[in-house]
Amino acid sequence: MSGKTANTTNNIAQARRTVQQLRIEASIERIKVSKASADLMLYCEEHAKKDPLLMGIPASENPFKDKKTCIIL
Amino acid sequence: MKTRRTLKGHGNKVLCMDWCKDKRRIVSSSQDGKVIVWDSFTTNKEHAVTMPCTWVMACAYAPSGCAIACGGLDNKCSVYPLTFDKNENMAAKKKSVAMHTNYLSACSFTNSDMQILTASGDGTCALWDVESGQLLQSFHGHGADVLCLDLAPSETGNTFVSGGCDKKAMVWDMRSGQCIQSFETHDSDINSVRYYPSGDAFASGSDDATCRLYDLRADREVAIYSKESIIFGASSVDFSLSGRLLFAGYNDYTINVWDVLKGSRVSILFGHENRVSALRVSPDGTAFCSGSWDHTLRIWA
Repeated sequence: MSGKTANTTNNIAQARRTVQQLRIEASIERIKVSKASADLMLYCEEHAKKDPLLMGIPASENPFKDKKTCIIL
Repeated sequence: MKTRRTLKGHGNKVLCMDWCKDKRRIVSSSQDGKVIVWDSFTTNKEHAVTMPCTWVMACAYAPSGCAIACGGLDNKCSVYPLTFDKNENMAAKKKSVAMHTNYLSACSFTNSDMQILTASGDGTCALWDVESGQLLQSFHGHGADVLCLDLAPSETGNTFVSGGCDKKAMVWDMRSGQCIQSFETHDSDINSVRYYPSGDAFASGSDDATCRLYDLRADREVAIYSKESIIFGASSVDFSLSGRLLFAGYNDYTINVWDVLKGSRVSILFGHENRVSALRVSPDGTAFCSGSWDHTLRIWA
């Protein structure tokens, strides 16, 4: 019997913590998705030119692309 | 885009990798307990350490490039200073920093060499001081194993996001230990989380075969990257420099490249002969590296 009440007390305490956490999360300030996605798109556009994987950089500047063909001595 | 370098040398599945800030060096860890530091331009191995445990699931490069951290089934995160002195035994200088009660799934240095953030199978994340090994902050809230974490990109940032087997991605305040936001829209374990370069959003890859984009200021999921033909879980995700492309490594051995804004797949990359377990874009965005269970790492550019 006491085991069961201890269990329910634990459950209640846990439920209280969950409710408190949810209250904190619910009270944060949110912005509209239209604004948030507009900002993401703006960031992409602003940085697109500097993105080597997006734009491609000349082989001479890319350390991973091989520059010279093999020269047989 | 194709494979430019293949790094061979691991004797077993590659589980994790990280780039050094010098955009050239890579540290990778594998199931056989070996942690190797490579020079990605020449594919030479610069350092190798054998960990006392197998399944080294997490490894990270220090911002200074002078140390690496790794951990796995030993439940600990150890920091090894890197030395070029051939007479020094790297394993002798090892420092045990973190102690969890279950396996270490992810680790990352914060902005300095002095603090490490860890995520563990015991359901918690923790912030440690490297020098003293002291626990600075712990983060409780996940209902199951935490599989991944990523720090917010800003210089003054003090938040990080973590993803776990409870299908939740949670954003934490590092100073207070408080969970600020949580997102639960995935249908299965979240294997990888990565912040968008601006820090206002993050992407997650999950065993439910989708990747999703969550916006932090709107506090909700804003995009899903999925296709009916993709049925295997995504193990690892990373953004390109501008955030326009999302690279995701999957358990069906492929890497899918998604257009973040349009939500469509741009390209699919083949090459690995087993599941892709780790994927990171280099710090300057010129290439990305993928690690796989086929024992190799590939550099794509």
